Amino acid sequence: MSEHAVAPYRNDFLREVEKNVEEGHWVKMCMQCGVCAGSCPLGNAWAHPPQEIFMMIRAGKREEVLTSDSMWMCTSCYNCIVRCPRQLPITHIMHGLANYAHRLGLAPKGQPTQATATLFWNNLIKKGRVNELTFSLALYFKDGFVQGIKNALGMQSIGLGLMKAKRLNPMEILGGHGVKDQSGLQAMIAKAREIEDRKKGFSK
Amino acid sequence: MAEMKTAAYICSGCGIGERVSTAQMAKVAQKEGKMALVREHACLCDESGVQAIRDDIEKEAVTHIVIAACSRRAKTEAFNFPGIAMSRANIREGVIWSQPDDADRAETTQEMADDYVRMGCAEVKKMKVPEGNPNRASNKRILVVGGGVSGMTAALEMADAGYDTVLVEKSAALGGWSAQLVKRVPSKQPYADPADTGIAELAAKVSGHKHIKVYLNAVIAQTNGAPGRFSVDIAQESGATVTEEVGALIQATGFTPYDMMQLPELGAGKSPNVVDQLGLEKLVKAANGSPVKRPSDDGEVKSVVFIQCAGQRDEAMESGGRHLPYCSGHCCATSIKQAMYFKDANPDIDTMVMYTDLRVPGTGEDFYRSGQQKGVIFTKGKTASVEASGNACKVNFKDLILNEDATIEADLVVLATGMVANSGMNIDIPEEEVAKMEVKPVSILNLNYRQGKDMPQLKNGFADSHFICFPYETRRTGIYAAGPVRRPMDMTQAIEDATGAAMKAIQAVENASLGRAAHPRAGDLSYPIVRLEGCTQCKRCTVECPFGAIDEDEKRFPVFNESRCRRCGTCMGACPVRVISFENYSVDTVGMQIKSVDMPDEFSEKPRILILACENDAYPALDMAGMQRRSYSAFVRIVPVRCLGSVNTIWITDALNGGWDGVMMMGCKKGDDYQCHFVKGSEMASYRMSKVDDTLKQMGLETERVASYEVAITDIERVPQLIDEYAAKIKEIGMSPMKGFA
Ligand code: SF4
Ligand code: SF4
Ligand code: SF4
Ligand code: SF4
Repeated sequence: MSEHAVAPYRNDFLREVEKNVEEGHWVKMCMQCGVCAGSCPLGNAWAHPPQEIFMMIRAGKREEVLTSDSMWMCTSCYNCIVRCPRQLPITHIMHGLANYAHRLGLAPKGQPTQATATLFWNNLIKKGRVNELTFSLALYFKDGFVQGIKNALGMQSIGLGLMKAKRLNPMEILGGHGVKDQSGLQAMIAKAREIEDRKKGFSK
Repeated sequence: MAEMKTAAYICSGCGIGERVSTAQMAKVAQKEGKMALVREHACLCDESGVQAIRDDIEKEAVTHIVIAACSRRAKTEAFNFPGIAMSRANIREGVIWSQPDDADRAETTQEMADDYVRMGCAEVKKMKVPEGNPNRASNKRILVVGGGVSGMTAALEMADAGYDTVLVEKSAALGGWSAQLVKRVPSKQPYADPADTGIAELAAKVSGHKHIKVYLNAVIAQTNGAPGRFSVDIAQESGATVTEEVGALIQATGFTPYDMMQLPELGAGKSPNVVDQLGLEKLVKAANGSPVKRPSDDGEVKSVVFIQCAGQRDEAMESGGRHLPYCSGHCCATSIKQAMYFKDANPDIDTMVMYTDLRVPGTGEDFYRSGQQKGVIFTKGKTASVEASGNACKVNFKDLILNEDATIEADLVVLATGMVANSGMNIDIPEEEVAKMEVKPVSILNLNYRQGKDMPQLKNGFADSHFICFPYETRRTGIYAAGPVRRPMDMTQAIEDATGAAMKAIQAVENASLGRAAHPRAGDLSYPIVRLEGCTQCKRCTVECPFGAIDEDEKRFPVFNESRCRRCGTCMGACPVRVISFENYSVDTVGMQIKSVDMPDEFSEKPRILILACENDAYPALDMAGMQRRSYSAFVRIVPVRCLGSVNTIWITDALNGGWDGVMMMGCKKGDDYQCHFVKGSEMASYRMSKVDDTLKQMGLETERVASYEVAITDIERVPQLIDEYAAKIKEIGMSPMKGFA
């Protein structure tokens, strides 16, 4: 999207975020108190805690924000939300930003949260049910075959336990269970996507 | 006045009777105090007790009474006998509540009570009933200088209360700066949008009011007089001068915006697109509803940066700051309002407020949120410079959140420059220096006072105001300061301020007409009386009076302006020949108390420490210590004084000569952040006491025998500690060698 050459500290990127990012219209309400940054149990391990992300949006740092891995690190603990004096839905904004960056293809490649989420989604929408077996295997092997074997061996006892408790069915490898109305599901997902695309500015 | 007949009333209520022998106190009053009548009562403040006193006044022609009961600060409604001289011996708070109820303290507790009875008797015999200032005047008109929001509000408040008001405005129209505003910061729910200023309506009301007379294009040429009888010459544009007789004045001369040309680093003067807040109001007004134009080329403004604290909150001048060291308080909200001018007209215009700390106290927070809601962007950043770049401006700054240098381009830059008080001449600058000045300072009030043409100034050039206890009250009685001339403030505060000053002016004219003190001893009928036969023309009283109440006549004798006087007694404390006194407070009323106590001999191990305590702060703190049963040494005897400034050194030398072992002086904080009721009283006292060491040395006494303390009314815990520490010190240096000589 080449129209996104943003002048520093002008409001172009903020407007883009307000329009396309879930809860993005809250960013302007941040008063930069820093309570979220101080409350986030992980924030100090990130490149940019929420307060900074919001300031960067207002400073027009489009590239830096959307390629950042900070919002992918949010664990949804909700500490920031309960403490923000301006009642910003910070957690949701973090996820909204992550999703927007992903849709734009700007999210950092190989970011574990992003990879996991993508696998999960693709697994889920196939039949409308999560196939635990294929999902776990895909996760184990996402970093290559050798790492996959290691992961699988490491998780062996848990896997066996799950099987015993009938939470993991080896037969799922054959395709697994799903919702009844497969075509209805696909139509529904397509419609939802269309709506979201319209909302987030991805409509063709 | 009828012949003096004395009576003492000893109360045994509130537990007094259980702790001390009132019979013994009665005996002291009779034998030593020489009271004509002495009565004991089980509860003096009840109906029967008060009636007993009234009966004595009526039937026995009693004129002078001593009430040995609670503190003089308690039961003032019950013990209120007009026309009667009264002394109160503080037996409850000052003795039984401040002394532990221990058997081994019973003796010293009784001694304390007896002494306070002696002191009360000694005091009352020297008191007269004050009759009020004979030089009273009763002009109740009030003159207001300045026709801005503060001045107009003050005039209207007083006029609505029925007082004839004269308003003098320098310019050709009422309204002041506020008339130049497009809108004002809202003062009403929901505090979300700029509001109408209401100035036109206010000005119309003022101009049309039957109790208000307005002079436009006019200034004050001269001010003479005192509360109740000021005479003010008003110079008009035509050259004519009219004289208005009034009873009080309010100075509401407002402010001037800090000159932005002092801020070239922020682009002032470098680009027409850099304006101050009033400059922006002009641009918006000129646009008259259509898009605001960029001054350099009339292009439409698409982006605006507001720079907060421009030339404000600079380091204090002393430490190298070049601009205003203070915060003007209104400018953050004003910038938000101005950003809304743009956002409300066209949300696509980018507006950014650059701040280091955004200060929007109270409902300002709602306004701030509303600004954010409307899309005004706030950046925590410190501006380094503003440069012109074609028709735009480049603002270079440090982003304090992202911790990096950055630049933003904008069509318009607005500097929030702050307020400089229009307080007239600084009377503390010596005449020689004024003579050297290129731009001569211009007086506003042109007071014909020996102290100078304008009222004194506080820090940073703001007009005088007793900011901690009595805002609006200046050191020129009958002249009040209101609005941004006395401290930076916004419109809402200015309106409140003007109303307060109006009340003060009314209080002043009413009290002046009755011959009473204006404030803070409002209603006091006593006034300083000078015995000119003894006066040596030393001028100390004239110089030390904090309120400019004393002038000199042709023969250089002091002339007291009683209605300017606040009854602090500083003149009485200053006079080396002790010829100044009040009817009910004099060198004698206190001096005789000091002499009246029973002085145990050198070997008794019972030292005596005199405490001269300011009645406004230290004495209440001591009372409250008693109420909280915080005990202190039984060797102190406390005498309340109107102000430490009223302490005449004779009391100290008399006390020391009379065998007292130490003197503690307790008064209010002095200096720039004074808490003294009378502004300079405690400072004068401390200046005089700085010389007391020499006297002590001459007498062969240790310098520790006189000690000064700054005590606040809240020092309830501290005050007993101070006393005990001092008592320990006296024990250490030993008993005074002066006992038994007096
Ligand atoms: S806690 Fe809320 S207002 Fe404070 S910095 Fe974080 S998001 Fe902004
Ligand atoms: S919800 Fe996310 S951003 Fe908020 S405190 Fe928790 S981890 Fe940090
Ligand atoms: S020093 Fe105090 S008491 Fe004396 S004239 Fe001045 S104001 Fe009045
Ligand atoms: S201080 Fe006393 S002696 Fe000196 S001028 Fe005043 S009244 Fe006279």
